[in-house]
Amino acid sequence: MAPVNAIHPVPVIELKNVSKTFGEVRAISGVDFKVNPGEIVGLLGDNGAGKSTMVKAIMGFHQPDPGGEVYFKGRKIHDWSVARARGLGIETVYQERALCEKQPIWRNMFMGRELRNSYGLLDVAGMRAEASRLMSEHMGFTSAAVHPDNMVATMSGGEKQGVAITRALYFDAELVVLDEPTMGLSLSETKKTLEFISNIKKVGRSAVFIDHNIFHVYPVVDRLYVLDRGKIAGVYSKDEITMDELIERLYRVARSGKLEE
Amino acid sequence: MVSTKNVNAPAGNRVSAPSAMRRYGSQLGIIGVGLAMWLVFIAAAPAVFTDIDIYLAFAQTSPQFGIIALALTFVVITGEIDLSFPSIMALGTAIFAITTSQFGLPWYVGLVGAFATGAVCGLFNGFLVAKLNIPSLVITIGTSFLFRGAELVLMNGTGVPLTAEEYPEMHAIFREPLYGFPIQSFWMLILGIIAWTLLNRTRFGSHVFLVGDNPTSARLMGVNVVSVKMRAFTLVGLFAVFSGLMTSIYGYYFWPTTGEGFLLNTIASVFLGGTSVFGGTGSMVGTFVATYIIGAINAGVVSAGISAFYTQLVFGLVIVVSVVLQTIIERRVRGQSITGR
Repeated sequence: MAPVNAIHPVPVIELKNVSKTFGEVRAISGVDFKVNPGEIVGLLGDNGAGKSTMVKAIMGFHQPDPGGEVYFKGRKIHDWSVARARGLGIETVYQERALCEKQPIWRNMFMGRELRNSYGLLDVAGMRAEASRLMSEHMGFTSAAVHPDNMVATMSGGEKQGVAITRALYFDAELVVLDEPTMGLSLSETKKTLEFISNIKKVGRSAVFIDHNIFHVYPVVDRLYVLDRGKIAGVYSKDEITMDELIERLYRVARSGKLEE
Repeated sequence: MVSTKNVNAPAGNRVSAPSAMRRYGSQLGIIGVGLAMWLVFIAAAPAVFTDIDIYLAFAQTSPQFGIIALALTFVVITGEIDLSFPSIMALGTAIFAITTSQFGLPWYVGLVGAFATGAVCGLFNGFLVAKLNIPSLVITIGTSFLFRGAELVLMNGTGVPLTAEEYPEMHAIFREPLYGFPIQSFWMLILGIIAWTLLNRTRFGSHVFLVGDNPTSARLMGVNVVSVKMRAFTLVGLFAVFSGLMTSIYGYYFWPTTGEGFLLNTIASVFLGGTSVFGGTGSMVGTFVATYIIGAINAGVVSAGISAFYTQLVFGLVIVVSVVLQTIIERRVRGQSITGR
């Protein structure tokens, strides 16, 4: 699925002049950010640069301070919330921390968006069956060994991440936000996760990939935002900058707060 | 759908179906404890425990605290506790007594007033705990005094007779047997089925588990943690008033001290039923069965001809042994050591 208009595509999501203040602390300040259809956008920044706040603004957890605007496919959204964002097709993959470990897999997969039958009651059988299907089709569990009633606490880190990623995809996300998805994963699990991010682009969906590991981010993204002390310090198309130049500039920004001399 | 073929496939596909023991362990455990205790009682006092009367007796009294335990199970699963329900029982029933006896309004107006009071008290608890983020253990001790104090002031410390002549409808609803079956246990069953359905077959129930397990995750996935907790506390308020009315009608009299002595029985029913004090796990079936176990100990020890001084000892033994076993079983299931370290 190519962008409708390759020169001026309507972004899937656009933040205009978004700030977020917590008491006295301004975590992000006047941020302009957009993701075009079929684009993978990287978000780099040191610890404390405001990456987490950005993620939470994108997926509806934080309401922007007055003056900031959020657009979804060109439409201004006023009542920005997690439920609203998920309703529009924005799904977030967190590190394993966003799973409820004492709950069965099916409850985790449908967390916050439980299936219901025509009486308004939970369709538990349906959720079990779907979880079982997703696990065997997408997570590589053989169907005979799969059980959606297994407690998440009994799974390994990679398996948990599989649950989190599968959860984001089940709902046909327009935009997948990945918050440090490779953290704590083994080498082979990391490779699979990066392959999966490339797949998002192949089927014409968009993604935001947040990490502080440039070696993971650079190869899979189309564009890169560098965040420093709550502000966008720079935006690069991948064809404008090599990985070495980018590393050079990241060191500079960390020291001086400026990307260029 | 994005293809994620084999993303994060586990090595060797070692996930297998959980055993029945793992899925229903705590429920099976509590039912086992119940059966074992029953056999002990039968062996100790066959004459008493093969007669229907003893069962009728505790089928009337156990639901008085068991009904609140059903609602309290939700609050405990969210990782909170409510210690103020005995006072809500009294305050709600006091409102009923005042509207009907003092103002002479019909019984159904009194019922509406009583349940509205319970809902407001529960909502207030929920607001303080969830919205203002105050530890429930502390704040519900405070609101307990508040509600009890309000009730004592309203009633001026005096009671109100609730006779069958003056309140025939209330006695039909809360006291008179239904075709020979104790109506208290009929209500326990109905409310138990409603509570089970709420917990296991609604979004609210699912969110109760998620909020108690990991509130941060739940919030990140769009679950309204504050609203879930407030609804759980409101449920306790409503069920507490139901129990307050039922208990008072059972005794033909509203005592200003209504609810005293209910605290530990109710909480014990929830924990004995396998609901974890850490939040995130719990069972409505467990609470239901545990209610009758605790009720049976009360009625059983005395009927078996054992001195009533032994009631609390047996009580303590059953609760301590059951909870210790449950915790150890749960840790074994999760592959932890027996001490959980």
